[in-house]
Amino acid sequence: MATITTEGVSHVANLARLEFNEEETQDFTEQLARILDYISKLNELGTDEVQPTSHIHPLHNITKPDVVKTSLPRDEVLANAPEPEEGYFGVPRVIDTE
Amino acid sequence: MSLNQLTAHELHDKLKNREITAVELTESVYQRIEEVESKVKGYLTLTKEIALEQASAADTGFQNGDDMPPLAGIPIAIKDVICTKGVRTTCASKILNDFVPPYDATVMEQLHKQGVVMIGKTNMDEFAMGSSTENSAYQITHNPWDLDTIPGGSSGGSAAVVSADTAICSLGSDTGGSIRQPAALCGVVGMKPTYGRISRYGLIAFASSLDQIGPFTKDVTDCALVLNAICGKDEMDSTSVDVPVPDFTQSLVNDVKGLKIGVPKEYFAEGLDDQVAAHVQNAIADLEKLGASVEEISLPHTDYAIATYYIIAPAEASANLARYDGVRYGFRTEEHTDLISMYKKTRSEGFGQEVKRRIMLGTFALSAGYQDAYYRKAQKVRTLIKSDFDAAFQKVDVIATPTTPTPAFKIGERTDDPLQMYLCDVMTTPASQAGLPGISIPCGFVDNGLPVGLQLLAPPFAEDVLFRVAYTYEQNTEHHLRKPEINSSKG
Repeated sequence: MATITTEGVSHVANLARLEFNEEETQDFTEQLARILDYISKLNELGTDEVQPTSHIHPLHNITKPDVVKTSLPRDEVLANAPEPEEGYFGVPRVIDTE
Repeated sequence: MSLNQLTAHELHDKLKNREITAVELTESVYQRIEEVESKVKGYLTLTKEIALEQASAADTGFQNGDDMPPLAGIPIAIKDVICTKGVRTTCASKILNDFVPPYDATVMEQLHKQGVVMIGKTNMDEFAMGSSTENSAYQITHNPWDLDTIPGGSSGGSAAVVSADTAICSLGSDTGGSIRQPAALCGVVGMKPTYGRISRYGLIAFASSLDQIGPFTKDVTDCALVLNAICGKDEMDSTSVDVPVPDFTQSLVNDVKGLKIGVPKEYFAEGLDDQVAAHVQNAIADLEKLGASVEEISLPHTDYAIATYYIIAPAEASANLARYDGVRYGFRTEEHTDLISMYKKTRSEGFGQEVKRRIMLGTFALSAGYQDAYYRKAQKVRTLIKSDFDAAFQKVDVIATPTTPTPAFKIGERTDDPLQMYLCDVMTTPASQAGLPGISIPCGFVDNGLPVGLQLLAPPFAEDVLFRVAYTYEQNTEHHLRKPEINSSKG
């Protein structure tokens, strides 16, 4: 297993849509390195023949009939939005205009 | 004893016989809150107005002589991770500071059908990530048995309010031990049911393959009553399982003759406090005297369970918590230049340190180049952990262990060292990863007066066996009757 560097932490932070200052990056690097070092004990176990468990019950592709139901009213849903706009969720501009 | 100190089943009899009213009972709980809540700090939100309305509605039913359900008029507290329609639900996070759910979790609908009285929403580790409730963005909850110590976590508020008699019972959630561990440290009964027993609809997700809602109560009978109310397949949660829901009160039998109890040697290893070990061993010896047979078993992969848990749970969390992006609900940063910076600043300002740490750990474990080495590897070792239990339950009916390696520790003692905090969960995460039901019941007190929990584990959907063993133990002991004085150890 790998060790983690400050560059690695910055890369992962970007993937997770988080940002840290230098001190935080340093702290997370040290903490994550310690935790990953502890986790590396899993390498003591041979698992080539073992099937992974993602879920403890044998459930697969649970489907249900496609029935039309009433959704929550729009105003109730938008009541929690930080910046609702004309009945929609407002977000910063994502398309550049010339 | 005042009304707020009684159990739900004792109170139900008094309500039914019209000796008391639900409004009186509710008032006695809020009176107690006025007296001790400033010391315990178990609640994030109190809902007195709603509670009194619910209490009056229950009283009307009792006065009319209606056939009232066992939890009608019973004051209950709800962990702030469970969505309550019209009542702020924060997950103890700044990112959900103003979130008011437009719907009820399925368990809330089920409790409302019973006619419960909701006292308030309880404190927790932010997004249920922690073992001490110190990761709340709002306040630190204090253990009623010693106010200088932690109540456990992540459902620390739900455990503390039942222990402090500021609620009759409560709901929590357990991902790696978050019900059983605080129940043990606060000297109350706490159960994590089998994964799939209870709908997770409206339970704000942490780790979806592990999360499960469950009760905190003052005794085992109340635990069965609350579980009865909240079980069952729900079409809103496709991972809830369609199995028969028995009446768990039928399993409250004072008899363990013929039951085989397995004691895993790996749970009595280095790191276990001597006094905790002694109380748990005494409890197991008591069960043997009451007619159970006891044999040592081995769960050889126990020592790997923290490592797998701290990959699997953060990996699932990193996906689940992607939804907090400042768009549809919750906090949004004031300062941003574009959409991506809005996401990043919102999340960085809104989440606390432990939540960020786990998102980072989980994102790393799922990232390109590392997924096989970490996430896939952990899922495979999870299979081995589950197989240990499958093999053990070929030989025994129930497994008995300590719930925690130590009694409650001091506030602030482990906050600087995340790994030390993670190791608190060593006794509880293995069963979570196998999806098993588990219960923690009080089994003694160490010299300084802090409670010790006995953990019982059973095969999937065998909660009935847990109730039988726990009830028998409780009927023959008095630990569950002791009440905290609500002082700090300094006096």
